[in-house]
Amino acid sequence: MRRTLLESLTRGPLTETPPTADDAALAELAASLERAARRRLGRSLSIREVDAGSCNGCELEIHAINNAFYDIERFGLRFVASPRHADVLLVTGPVTKNMREALERTYRATPDPKWVVALGDCALDGGIFAGSYAVAGGVADVVPVDLHIRGCPPAPIAILKGLIALVQAQ
Amino acid sequence: MASLREIAAQGRRIEAHRPWPRVVVTEDGWRAAVSELAAGRATLLGLWGESGTPGLVHLAAMTRNGADIAVVTLECPLQTFPSVGAPHPPAIRLERAIHSLYGLEPVGASDARPWLDLGFWDVEFPLGTRLPAVDPRPAYDFLPVEGESLHRIPVGPVHAGIIEPGHFRFTCSGETVVRLEQRLGYAHKGIEGLMAGADIERAARLAARTSGDSTVAYGIAFAHAVEAALDVEVPVRARYLRALMAELERLANHFGDIGAICNDASFAIMHAHCGILREQVLRAADACFGHRLMMDCVVPGGVATDLHADGPPILQAALKMFRQRFPLLVQLYDNTASLQDRTASTGIVRSDYAETFGAPGFVGRASGRDFDARKALPYAPYDELHFTVPVLTAGDVNARVWIRIHEVEQSLALIEQIIARLPGGPAVTAIDRRGSTGEGLGFAEGFRGDVLAAARIEDGRVIRCHLRDPSWFQWPLLEAAIEGNIVADFPLCNKSFNCSYSGHDI
Repeated sequence: MRRTLLESLTRGPLTETPPTADDAALAELAASLERAARRRLGRSLSIREVDAGSCNGCELEIHAINNAFYDIERFGLRFVASPRHADVLLVTGPVTKNMREALERTYRATPDPKWVVALGDCALDGGIFAGSYAVAGGVADVVPVDLHIRGCPPAPIAILKGLIALVQAQ
Repeated sequence: MASLREIAAQGRRIEAHRPWPRVVVTEDGWRAAVSELAAGRATLLGLWGESGTPGLVHLAAMTRNGADIAVVTLECPLQTFPSVGAPHPPAIRLERAIHSLYGLEPVGASDARPWLDLGFWDVEFPLGTRLPAVDPRPAYDFLPVEGESLHRIPVGPVHAGIIEPGHFRFTCSGETVVRLEQRLGYAHKGIEGLMAGADIERAARLAARTSGDSTVAYGIAFAHAVEAALDVEVPVRARYLRALMAELERLANHFGDIGAICNDASFAIMHAHCGILREQVLRAADACFGHRLMMDCVVPGGVATDLHADGPPILQAALKMFRQRFPLLVQLYDNTASLQDRTASTGIVRSDYAETFGAPGFVGRASGRDFDARKALPYAPYDELHFTVPVLTAGDVNARVWIRIHEVEQSLALIEQIIARLPGGPAVTAIDRRGSTGEGLGFAEGFRGDVLAAARIEDGRVIRCHLRDPSWFQWPLLEAAIEGNIVADFPLCNKSFNCSYSGHDI
C-alpha cells in the first residue's frame, strides 16, 4: 500500500479542467429557480440520487463523475445517503408505476428549498419505454423538475455541465 | 426416466425454431422435463410465458455439460400448467412472474404470491387477459419469521447509494441476519410488452436497454436469437468486433466492481484506482466505437459501428497501461489483511446451490460451477480464441473477487488476440425483412453471466421476445449467502454479486 500511496504523491493529478456550465441548462434554471433559495444554499449542494426505474446506464455515468477524472466534489457537490440531507434530487429512468409512490415520498422527504434534476432521455419523457403499461412517464409527470440533462446515458462531462449550472446560475 | 433429448424427440417439433429444437409436449412430457431438472440431470436456462389461444409456457433447459439444449412448450388451454418451482426451486420466481404478467397459473406451486407486480398497475395480468385491477389490493405477505428477540429491517426501494431500486427485508437476531427476503420489480418497465409488434431495430434498442451495464451482452444475445430465427450469416469481422466490445464491457464492469467491493469494506483507495481503470476502458470504448457503454453498437446482422481507424493503437496503449497498473492493485488487495478479513469466509454460496440454480457467471464459478457460455455453447469468435475459465470453490466474497481478477487477465489476453486477428471485410449484413419469419434462441456471456434471448419474428417484426437476465438465478442465492452473516456485511455480499435489478425486473 505504501508504494501506491507514494506514487499518488509523485504522480500529477488526473483531474481534468472543469467544463463550463451548459448554456441550455443555465437558461432552463434561470426560468425555474428562486434567487433567494439559491443564496441560502450557496455553492454547496447535497445530491440524493433516485433511480426511478432506469436501465442502470445513467447510474454508471453518475458513478463516473465521482472518479478521479471528473471529481465532482471539487465543485461543492456531493452525494448523500438520505433525501433528508439533500438539496437536489437527481432522478433517472422512466418513472415506473412501481416506483412512482417511492419517488413521490422521497420528494416529500426532501426539505425545501429543493431542486429536481431529471437525468437521461428516459427521465425526460419515458424515452423508449414511454407508452408501456408499467411506465408512468417522465420525471416531470410525477414531481416538478427544474433541470433536464439529456443523453442515453449523458456522458460524465454533460452531467457535470448541467450540475455546475446549478451552482453557478446565481 | 426420459432424458432431455428423448423428451424433445417425443414432442411436436417446431420447424421454424433454430438452432436448438423447440417442441410442443404433452403434460406428461412437461412433467418429465421438470423431473429432469429436479433430479439434477438438467439445468434450467429459462421459463417464460406467452399469451394467445391457448396461452403457452416455454421451458429452456440444458443437460449438465451443455451438450443438449431444448425448449419444451406446453399449451395451457385452461390457463394453467404444472408447477416447475415446487419440485425445482430455481423456477419459483420465474413462474410467479409468468402468473403475474400472463395470468398462467402454476398448479401445485409452493409460492403463489405475485412477483414483479407490486400492486401499482392499472391492470392485472398486463400481458395476458388484462383484467382491470381491483382496489384495494391485498397486502404482500412477507414470509413469516418466528423466534425470540428477532427484529426486522426494511430497506429500499430507494437505497442509500447510487444503485437501482429494490426492497430487502432483513430479519435479524442481534447483528446476525437470520433471513433476507427480497422483493423486486420496482424497475419493471414492461419490456416484453413493448417488444411485441416492434420492428427489429426498435426491439434491438429495447434489448440494449434491459440492463445498461450489460448492453453489449444483451445486444449480442438478441442478435444471436434474431440471426438464428432468420438464418442470417454474420460477417466474421462483425463477430470479432462484438467479442471486442463484450470483453471491453467485461473489463469495465470487473474493474469498477472490484473497486466497489473494496469500497464497501471501507477500503477507498482500491475504489479510487479501479475507478481510474474503468474510466480508461470507457474512454477507449468511446474512441473505438463512439459510445462509452457501446450502447446500440451491436445490431442483428453485425455491428452498427466499425472500429475507428485509431482503435487498435488506442487499445494497445490501454492494454499496456492495464498490465502495468492492475497487478499492483491485485497485490494491494492480496496483501491487505484487514480487507481480506472482511472478504474471506463472508457470504458463502454453497456449491450444491450454485449447481442446482445453474448460477451464472462469477457467482457460479466462485462456487465450483464450471460454466461459461463462451466455452460451453461456443459462438464465434470464441471458438478460435485462447482463454481459460477460472473456477474456485470457496464461494465467498473473496473467491468472487478473485474470479473477477482472473477474468480481467483473460479479457486482456482476448482483446490482444482479437486485435491481432481482426479480419477485414464488411461489419454488417443487411437483413431482408420482407417475409422474414422464424424463431431463434440465443445466448451471450456477459460480465454477470449468460443472457438468454428467445425471439419469434414474423414479417420482420418481433412477435414475442423474452430476455432472461443471469440475475434470476443469482438473486435467490444472495438470500442464502447472507444467512448467518452480520448486517454490516450485506453491502459487501451484495456488491460481490452485483445482480441486476433492471435486467431481472424487465
